Amino acid sequence: MAENGIGARSLRKEDQRFITGKGRYTDDISQHGQTHAVFVRSPHAHAKLVGVDKASVADMPGVLAVLDGTDVAADGLGNLICGWLVKSKDGSPMKMGPHPLLAQGKVRYVGDRVAVVIAETHAQAQDAAEALVVEYDELPAVVDVAKAHDAASTVHDEVEHNLIFDWELGDQAAVDAAMASAAHVTRIDLVNNRLVPNAMEPRAAIGTYDSGLDQFTCYVTSQNPHVHRLVMAAFVQVAPEHKLRVIGPDVGGGFGSKIFIYGEECVVTWASKKVGGRPVKWTCDRSEAFLSDAHGRDHVSHAELAMDADGNVTALRVHTKANIGAYMSTFSSCVPTYLYATLLAGQYKTPAIYAEVKAYYTNTAPVDAYRGAGRPEASFLLETLFEQAAKETGKDPAEFRRQNFIPKDAFPYQTPVALVYDIGDYEVTLDKAMELIDYKGFPARKAAAEAKGKKRGIGISCYIEACGIAPSAVVGSLGAGVGLWESAKVRFSHTGKVQVLTGTHSHGQGHETTFSQLVSEKLGIPFEDIEVIHGDTEKTPVGMGTYGSRSLAVGGEAIVKSCDKLIAKGKKIAAHLLEASEADITFENGQFSVAGTDRSKSMGEVVFTAYVPHNYPPDLEPGMEEGAFFDPPNFTYPSGTYICEVEIDPDTGVVKIEKLVAVDDFGNVINPNIVEGQVHGGLTQGIGQALLEGAIYDESGQLLTGSYMDYTMPRADDVPSFEVVTSAGTVCTSNSMGVKGCGEAGAIGSPPAVINAITDAIGVRVEMPATPQKVWAAMQGMARAAE
Amino acid sequence: MTKLSMTVNGKAVSGEIEGRTLLVDFLRQNLGLTGTHVGCDTSQCGCCVVHVDGRSVKSCTMLAAQAEGAEVTTVEGLAQADGTLHPIQAAFREHHGLQCGFCTPGMLMSAADLLQQNPSPTEHEVRDWLEGNMCRCTGYHNIVKAILAAAETMKGGMPQAAE
Ligand code: FES
Ligand code: FES
Repeated sequence: MAENGIGARSLRKEDQRFITGKGRYTDDISQHGQTHAVFVRSPHAHAKLVGVDKASVADMPGVLAVLDGTDVAADGLGNLICGWLVKSKDGSPMKMGPHPLLAQGKVRYVGDRVAVVIAETHAQAQDAAEALVVEYDELPAVVDVAKAHDAASTVHDEVEHNLIFDWELGDQAAVDAAMASAAHVTRIDLVNNRLVPNAMEPRAAIGTYDSGLDQFTCYVTSQNPHVHRLVMAAFVQVAPEHKLRVIGPDVGGGFGSKIFIYGEECVVTWASKKVGGRPVKWTCDRSEAFLSDAHGRDHVSHAELAMDADGNVTALRVHTKANIGAYMSTFSSCVPTYLYATLLAGQYKTPAIYAEVKAYYTNTAPVDAYRGAGRPEASFLLETLFEQAAKETGKDPAEFRRQNFIPKDAFPYQTPVALVYDIGDYEVTLDKAMELIDYKGFPARKAAAEAKGKKRGIGISCYIEACGIAPSAVVGSLGAGVGLWESAKVRFSHTGKVQVLTGTHSHGQGHETTFSQLVSEKLGIPFEDIEVIHGDTEKTPVGMGTYGSRSLAVGGEAIVKSCDKLIAKGKKIAAHLLEASEADITFENGQFSVAGTDRSKSMGEVVFTAYVPHNYPPDLEPGMEEGAFFDPPNFTYPSGTYICEVEIDPDTGVVKIEKLVAVDDFGNVINPNIVEGQVHGGLTQGIGQALLEGAIYDESGQLLTGSYMDYTMPRADDVPSFEVVTSAGTVCTSNSMGVKGCGEAGAIGSPPAVINAITDAIGVRVEMPATPQKVWAAMQGMARAAE
Repeated sequence: MTKLSMTVNGKAVSGEIEGRTLLVDFLRQNLGLTGTHVGCDTSQCGCCVVHVDGRSVKSCTMLAAQAEGAEVTTVEGLAQADGTLHPIQAAFREHHGLQCGFCTPGMLMSAADLLQQNPSPTEHEVRDWLEGNMCRCTGYHNIVKAILAAAETMKGGMPQAAE
């Protein structure tokens, strides 16, 4: 292993700028002549938009422009899109209403964009936005997804019953038959609570029009600048693609919420031309973020698990209603379908599975991918169901799971819900987690807790996820509008320094470090001599960006392929210099050698020769720069076991996490520090979902949890220190590095572990977030029932 | 507009401000010190923590005018003039206490104040102190580890913050 090569705990390259205050986030950028935009948002969940009285603020100090939906329509701009077409059971395409940049005719959620005010200063824009007179005619709101079908009003008039699609996956007849002949069926009703992603950096965008070049530039908090450019050019038609540059500079966390193409970045870019090409800057404040960032989760489900008399699971049936919000956000349709129901096999050999998913519009903020995206919903459903089934049939929850695991010799394994798992060994992660938490010692700890008047519980979760998104042909056949390959370019300079250009984007993941380690290992170049460049459509090759734990498994493999091409070319040059046959040249640790001799040339010498080709193979192009695209043959399948132990104070209902162990099988790991950090963050978001977080709208569609005063974010004293093992089990077969992806696992695996531990402690399951009030009330209910 | 003067990171600065200008906006916009971040509008997240006269303060919660004549230190002033990192900065790097880096300046400034007041905090005391600083990326695990490690280092007589 090179000093900072694969497997090293290298310190991060990006840290120096962040710890000294030199990070460069979108709001840190100020340009000459900059103006400020503030969006006027709907205060109503559902209303006719009667009119915007622009004259009411035209004369206010500093106001440069007021633009609304009529201006958008007059300029012929297109709508925002949903990039994944899902079909209903009957084969009909999903039913979708338009998603305009600024509201036209109607507003559909509190926070819907009505107009934008552009002024000389932010304070002036804010004053005018507050003063702008907008007339609304209120309509009844649809808020609760469970009641959306028969609601009195429709969010989009063209979508009857608010039903976007009624989709299914699996073999219904086989499941019905298995249910009918089951020895036992466990049934569960559960809610997957709605969450607000809450990256600490609020969204922001700066649009500029350069009339000299006839070119637009948009700085935006984006996880995927090229996808932003594609949608803004091809669909919204802000500018032709070659006339639009999108830059995602340092981005302060995303967790999915910065994948999507929102109206704000399109509007400020378009509006720059309207104010004479001056830059138009918009930065979201936190209250606005709560209202307008795409939310996550929000499912209501009923599930049934059938078993034979020996406790072998024979079938699973799931009915889910998914809340899509008021508009279909960029990837909203695939989250409750192909990223959810396809994961319902979990780690188990369940022979028959059927899932039906109905997706509804409501008068709430759009819902889209949030860390895990569909997979946490699947894992939560499955793992609470397995827990309950074990309890109902008197089995140990660990052994019940083990009994139903896909055995390690059954891979590659075709699940009944479309996916083919390449490899896995689920007993390894289960055993390791049980050992780390001292599962056998739990009864003694429980007894000790009882002695001091506390309730103690233990909860297991064995999750699987599909990431390394994604094989293009597969997702294309399922309705995706894009390919999900990734790209890279690796470029030497004369002096042997390396630039790595990647189509992925880092917003906390540490790509500058991980990719440098990868290239250092491959090319034998010092870690310090490598620079990773991302996030600018003018610099990097076209790429699909960062989400779905894909950057290393897909983007990293494109880098590996680029390095392989460089090595192949280097062999030709070395063979020429060494007067040997190309077939005899080997490459190791940065040296090209003639096999079996001590004759060699360093990478540096070969690179210099490529750029100064005075003595050079006659039919070879000069230069050392190679690029590659990689389209993965399959998803990758990280899996693991998380076990949580909680102690509950029966007087207050407060749940304390005593211990949480996470044992993951991420395949090979490039930088263990970074991977462990990803798990810590994911675990904490999962604990947030399980115990603290929940976005709540009242019946009229007002968001009650619209600030950090009301929406409970996990803080340092809400979580324990964690014990994590990241590389237990198997090596991925879908890329040459053997890596699987680690960004989402923590948030996928932890909620069921926490909830199962609470259920174990108090004997009844409470819905997430399991707040002290809910836990206490549930305990009172149990006590009364026992009387 | 009123005129305002203070010392920021050891340098005398002044500027014209509106009465409603917050300290964080004065630092970011007037002085271009964009290391201090804004993550919320309810004084909860701590991304904006700076030191005013040696104590940690949420700069989004204070008017710039209230800092008239004060000594202010921001994250840009935490390292020594020659670039030597403060032990807390070094520990965050060493222990992977940051991911996206957005909460980091506030975390560092807050932690520096903690260690001035309590040079040997327990894990519980660190977690308790960080109640006013949110991080969405790290799960706090490595932040806590870094602060405890910095406390150890600083006991060995490493240089204090430049204030
Ligand atoms: S910006 Fe959130 S507390 Fe100051
Ligand atoms: S490192 Fe991203 S919010 Fe803390």
